[in-house]
Amino acid sequence: MQFLEPAFLQAIVLSVIAASTPLLLAASGELVAERAGVLNLGLEGMMIMGAACGFAGAYFTDSVIVGALAGVLAGVFMSAVFAALTLGLAVNQVAAGLALTIFGIGLSGLIGAGFVGARIETAPHLHLPVLTDIAVIGNIAFGQDAFVYASLALLAGIWWFLYRTRAGLVLRAVGDNHVSAHALGYPVLRIRFWAVLFGGACAGLGGAYLPLAYTPFFIPGMTAGRGWIALALVVFASWLPGRLVIGAYLFGFVTILQLHFQALHVPVPSQFMSSLPYLATVLVLIAISRRRGLAGSATPASLGLVFVPDR
Amino acid sequence: MQLVLERRAERSTTVAIASPLIAIALTLLTMTVLFAALGKNPLIALSIYFIEPLTDSYSLVELAVKATPLVTIAVGLSLCYLANVWNIGAEGQFLIGAVCGSWLAVRTQGADAGAWVFPVMLTLGATGGALYALVPAAAKVRFGASEILTSLMLVYVADLLLDYLVRGPWRDPNGFNFPTTAEFDPVATVPILIEGTRLHLGALAALAVVAVASIALSRTIKGFEIKVVGAAPRAARFAGFSADRLVILTFLISGALAGLAGIIEVAGLVGHLQPNFSPGYGFTAIIVAFLGRLNPIGILIAGLFLALTFIGGEQAQISIKVPLDLTKVFQGILLFYVLACDSLILYRIRVVSSRPGAADAVP
Repeated sequence: MQFLEPAFLQAIVLSVIAASTPLLLAASGELVAERAGVLNLGLEGMMIMGAACGFAGAYFTDSVIVGALAGVLAGVFMSAVFAALTLGLAVNQVAAGLALTIFGIGLSGLIGAGFVGARIETAPHLHLPVLTDIAVIGNIAFGQDAFVYASLALLAGIWWFLYRTRAGLVLRAVGDNHVSAHALGYPVLRIRFWAVLFGGACAGLGGAYLPLAYTPFFIPGMTAGRGWIALALVVFASWLPGRLVIGAYLFGFVTILQLHFQALHVPVPSQFMSSLPYLATVLVLIAISRRRGLAGSATPASLGLVFVPDR
Repeated sequence: MQLVLERRAERSTTVAIASPLIAIALTLLTMTVLFAALGKNPLIALSIYFIEPLTDSYSLVELAVKATPLVTIAVGLSLCYLANVWNIGAEGQFLIGAVCGSWLAVRTQGADAGAWVFPVMLTLGATGGALYALVPAAAKVRFGASEILTSLMLVYVADLLLDYLVRGPWRDPNGFNFPTTAEFDPVATVPILIEGTRLHLGALAALAVVAVASIALSRTIKGFEIKVVGAAPRAARFAGFSADRLVILTFLISGALAGLAGIIEVAGLVGHLQPNFSPGYGFTAIIVAFLGRLNPIGILIAGLFLALTFIGGEQAQISIKVPLDLTKVFQGILLFYVLACDSLILYRIRVVSSRPGAADAVP
């Protein structure tokens, strides 16, 4: 049986990690923004801009680091537009997020038009003598690219920030009850502004991962709904950072099933396998929403609500 | 000195009327800058985008043809958004409507079936779209799942289903392996309104949808209910209006209209089912709904305006070599400005002097 061989299992785990990392990065940032009470539906637009600008940065400088930075900056720029609308002008967050996605898809196509057919070197993988060479698990634990380790470190940092620092407590308070937080003297809009920008930076990095580490080129629309899946992941995780890892790797697994089914010659139309991540998202959202309240969900009470301070 | 938002005592009627116009003006201004940045003469580019399509009869017909699906879908979406229900998966319902209606066209191909085929195709399209929209609506009402994400996810599923059908079971055996169905029989296509043009019956259907929605919103209890549930959910509860029932109703209507638009598009313009036959009408319709201020008449005008950006975008791609994606950028920017200007109906911007404790100002 081919799928029981260690080499095949290792290949699956490696491909799952690769497919999960952009989801995890984008969802981590969105989790922080949503814990502050802002629902940024523009994740898809920020990710695709991160991908386009990330590729451009790496293409011109031959540096993955510059590419990653360019992706982060693109995400920050996009989220700043969103923040100006939703926080500055009290625009409905759902509508503004949609606008951001439409805008991002268009602008990334414009930027990426010059890079059709261009290739870059993808991010190098870690190689430690001895450790990386351990059979099966060596490559999985010690042979990843920097993005993978960064995504896990980022999430650990977010957990520490939200639950172990005073600033994190204030951020959660702002998301749970912006009226009370305002009455206590906390600058609700300013805190949300930084949370949204952080979310944009993470989404940009997650998008940049795609051309910098996943495939060595940029294709218009290459995020293929990953931003929307990352949004669903935050719901799946009940806004708890710990569950985000499980969710991201689960979705990464579903995404990757298609490739391995093709390799095993399973007679199922490829379109059906491709639709699995989207169908899974719908089913998971239904299942999770049904149980909400039972599983200690941390849904921010002020999520998506407009706040205009009275003075 | 800081700029802060301040709630107006009442909605500003002046801004309400002016806001779409201000938004369009600001978009044109931004486009000027963008064209200049791309190294094109902004005046020439803008005239290709917005004036040339209005100068010949072929383009005028195209305008109506492209506005048809946009207006039909956007009217349905506006009902959702008025009731504070977020159906953003109209593109999926549009595609499923096209698929369901095309099923009959494919089944009756070459059978000389008779005049009943076309009306039944329309019914199938509308029903298919409505049932597809029912999934996120039911998930929302029954389980509390966010309709935003579920309706959007189903767009990708619909896209893949269409792709599977035209590459698999429905592919034209004589089509040189192109992913398309065979050309529909004449009885399975939308009647043309003016001989020799592409203007088809769908344009009249869109006008009818606008008229019916206009009357329903202003003259019926259901229309009133939709507006109250969206604007004042608490008052709606006291009045005994069921928000859940409205989620189902608005999703069904918008899904049916999107599905109808889908089958009309395929049977009217394209003449066969193929992947990527929609340039994202379901998403652009969201912009149309907002630009039209969620009002059927406004949507009609907004639909024509956005159809103009599609046609202008295509012409600009050919004549001054700007990427087609520029159209999406403009549409996105337009929606930004529309939303920002709408905000000024409820709020005014005031300049206040900085004082300690005024930390909540716009960052």
